[in-house]
Amino acid sequence: MSRTEVRITGFGGQGVVLAAYIIGRACSVFGGKHATMTQSFGPEARGAACSATQIISDTEVLYPYIVRPDILIVMSSDGYDTYRDELKDDGILIYEKDLVHPILKKRQPSFGIPSTRIAESLGRTIVQNIVMIGFFGAVTQIVSREALRKGVEASVPPGTEELNLKAFEAGLAYFDDEYGKKKTKKPAKAAAAGKSD
Amino acid sequence: MEADPAGVLTGAHYFDGDFACGEGAMAAGCRFVAGYPITPSTEVVERISRRFPLIGGTFIQMEDELASMAAVAGASWTGTKSMTVTSGPGFSLMMENIGLATMMELPCVVVNVQRGGPSTGLPTMVGQADIMQARWGSHGDYETIALSPQSPQEAFDLVIDAFNLAEIYRTPVMFMMDECVGHMSEKVVIPKPEEIEIVPRKLTTKSPEEFLPYVPDENLVPEFARAGDGYKFHTTGLTHDERGYPVMSAECQELNVRRLVDKIRRNAEKIVRFEEEATDGADVVLITYGITARVARMAIDIARKKGVKVGVIRLIVVWPFPEKHIRELAKKIKAFVVPEINYGQIALEVERCSAGNAATRLVSHMGGGVHNPQDIVDAILEAAK
Amino acid sequence: MSKVIDRPEVAKEQHPVAPLLRMDRIPHIWCPGCGIGTVVKCFATALQETEVDLNKLAIVSGIGCSGRAAGYMKLDGFHTTHGRAIPFATGLKLARPELKVVVFSGDGDLAGIGGNHLIHSARRNQDLMVILVNNFNYAMTGGQNAPTTPTPAKTSTMPYGNFEHPFNVPHLVASCGASYVARWTSLHVRRMTKSFKEALNRKGFRFIEVVTPCATLYARLNKLGLGLDLMRFYHQESEIRNGADTRDVAIGYQSKIICGKFVDEDRPSYLETMHEYYRKVLGDKYVPTPPEGGMLREQN
Repeated sequence: MSRTEVRITGFGGQGVVLAAYIIGRACSVFGGKHATMTQSFGPEARGAACSATQIISDTEVLYPYIVRPDILIVMSSDGYDTYRDELKDDGILIYEKDLVHPILKKRQPSFGIPSTRIAESLGRTIVQNIVMIGFFGAVTQIVSREALRKGVEASVPPGTEELNLKAFEAGLAYFDDEYGKKKTKKPAKAAAAGKSD
Repeated sequence: MEADPAGVLTGAHYFDGDFACGEGAMAAGCRFVAGYPITPSTEVVERISRRFPLIGGTFIQMEDELASMAAVAGASWTGTKSMTVTSGPGFSLMMENIGLATMMELPCVVVNVQRGGPSTGLPTMVGQADIMQARWGSHGDYETIALSPQSPQEAFDLVIDAFNLAEIYRTPVMFMMDECVGHMSEKVVIPKPEEIEIVPRKLTTKSPEEFLPYVPDENLVPEFARAGDGYKFHTTGLTHDERGYPVMSAECQELNVRRLVDKIRRNAEKIVRFEEEATDGADVVLITYGITARVARMAIDIARKKGVKVGVIRLIVVWPFPEKHIRELAKKIKAFVVPEINYGQIALEVERCSAGNAATRLVSHMGGGVHNPQDIVDAILEAAK
Repeated sequence: MSKVIDRPEVAKEQHPVAPLLRMDRIPHIWCPGCGIGTVVKCFATALQETEVDLNKLAIVSGIGCSGRAAGYMKLDGFHTTHGRAIPFATGLKLARPELKVVVFSGDGDLAGIGGNHLIHSARRNQDLMVILVNNFNYAMTGGQNAPTTPTPAKTSTMPYGNFEHPFNVPHLVASCGASYVARWTSLHVRRMTKSFKEALNRKGFRFIEVVTPCATLYARLNKLGLGLDLMRFYHQESEIRNGADTRDVAIGYQSKIICGKFVDEDRPSYLETMHEYYRKVLGDKYVPTPPEGGMLREQN
């Protein structure tokens, strides 16, 4: 009975909630797993710290909130400061390389990506979160790339599928280029599978 | 009858409980919604207000919750399935016209996505403390029907049942969600329209000359004529006779109100609905509902590993309460454990029905979060002693 | 033991509007000298003379003396909760748009406890006809102060005289956006009836205030005489000023009562605005609630 807890954090406007939503949809609707998302609600504000959580499991998720995430995705330094201590001692850190400068810990595999720059190179900063989803998928292998791709395609505004899929592929490619082929680090599949509970 | 395909988004979705509830209402045939924004329920009407103009429904954002519930009562008289959506503070304001809808015997659904209270309380955080209010929040004697979903999928499935029960018993039905289920996203599968069973409004077959609006049938439910069909009936929130005319007397009050209450009480065995697991031979039985039911299942697994014989009853219909069943069960077990996100509401009902035959142990959480499963485990272990 | 004696030799007299009344509920509860019955009669006459489809007309009342009107008319009649006649009527209208829905209630019900609904309904130019019977006090419960009580009239909760500023209701609803606003007293039976007839055939928020005597409470507490004395007062002190600026029509204590049709504008109603807007933004995708309502029926 696996249970993987994921927290995604960034600032309002980065598409934190959409990223969590796509991951959840990909895992549950297209990937045959259970995925339960909750998000922190507060007065609406652009630019403020924002966070969403996903629990991905092979069985029904009974406890709806995360306790300590197995995976922490950070897209802003504020988010990193707020949530870094929460990450499990052997949890995986995924971060926006240009915006977050983490203090790396030995037992916490960490993977950085300049997702904003990549998004900019594709023409729209707004797809930064989709680049991050691709990268997350490649790092964790928690669900098939195909399921994630379907999740992206089905969840983005009609007419923007092409750009978003490009962003998704760019995230995957970045992992393959930087971590996959060079084999400096292996995909963190084992850790991402989480502990039995 | 089958659901109207216009309202049914068949397929596998990833929805929060609020969206799922909105989709369930539309699948159930709801075509009128009046509401007033309040966290954490607003997403229900946001969903509906986007879809209604495409499927022949009318949504109006009223000036307050008093107006919302009054509009729903008015709309129900046209035979249109009607609903309003709110949370604690708005639920309090709706009580006035929930009473009117009860007295006029109007099918409708009132969704309460519960948050922490009293007063403004915890607008964005979970509570289950309106369960007793759902039962008796409006003044006077009446019985209600209330359901409580534990997941977005159930928010979809059960709101359809809520609409159907409202039609069968001609009464407002309370749909008691909670913030956790409302704001939690999970996979929600919406079946094909022909797989969704809908109870349509049953109209009288009598002519306007022979029709009286409050003559009960064998289920104590009167026949319905809708406004604008030439029946020229009268209805009132005052105590009334079979013609719908006010009669200010103890005799009429006796007939009118006793029937309103008996309409639910005498049919209670048909309405109650719960999931039951491993209660045979159990020492301890948990009584759960809503989000708490899920968290409690973790506690049950842990307690069983420690050798305790634990069973569970999950209330799907909370009101009417499965009184008979709890009475019988109380004679066979040591104790009930009741975890709820309040300071003891359903626990009171369990205690009453156990009639001293089994102990009742409340595990209360004051809201703003769900139970720590360990607290429930501790209560189970204590109760098993 | 009473016995009903049938005397077929005597031709039964019938009131001209009897077919529109629930005669099995007569006698009504209103006091001698009260003006509400007159308003009901004028409304019934208006219905007869405009030949509206009575099967498609609903009357909704709140609570109070005037709130009983819905109970005496042989129509689909809804006697609702205190102050909520307008939102109840809104639900009825929107869920079955082919209905004509008339709200008939009092000043305390509509402008006091229901004041918020009144202004928002006027703001939306909601498709409702609202008859507000103004007797300057809460009569059903014993003559308490109302939001329309002039200063310094005495009421049972302002025994030394009212010091609160009252609403000028026609001005209130006109400034919110009502497309038809008129005021009459119960003396003006012909003009009131004409206003009702006009309003029945208009769309949007139609508001007619009718000033009526409350002989039992308001008049007695203020030593104004009987109902007839008040009718005499209306005769002497009311002034018809059609098209008057509603800012000038506030009612003072025993002062001139300005009557007339103040507003009659051809503005799009709530439903017209909604349909037009959705058609514009959604085009062919827009599916309005059908005129006969949103009730789903079994497809045969």
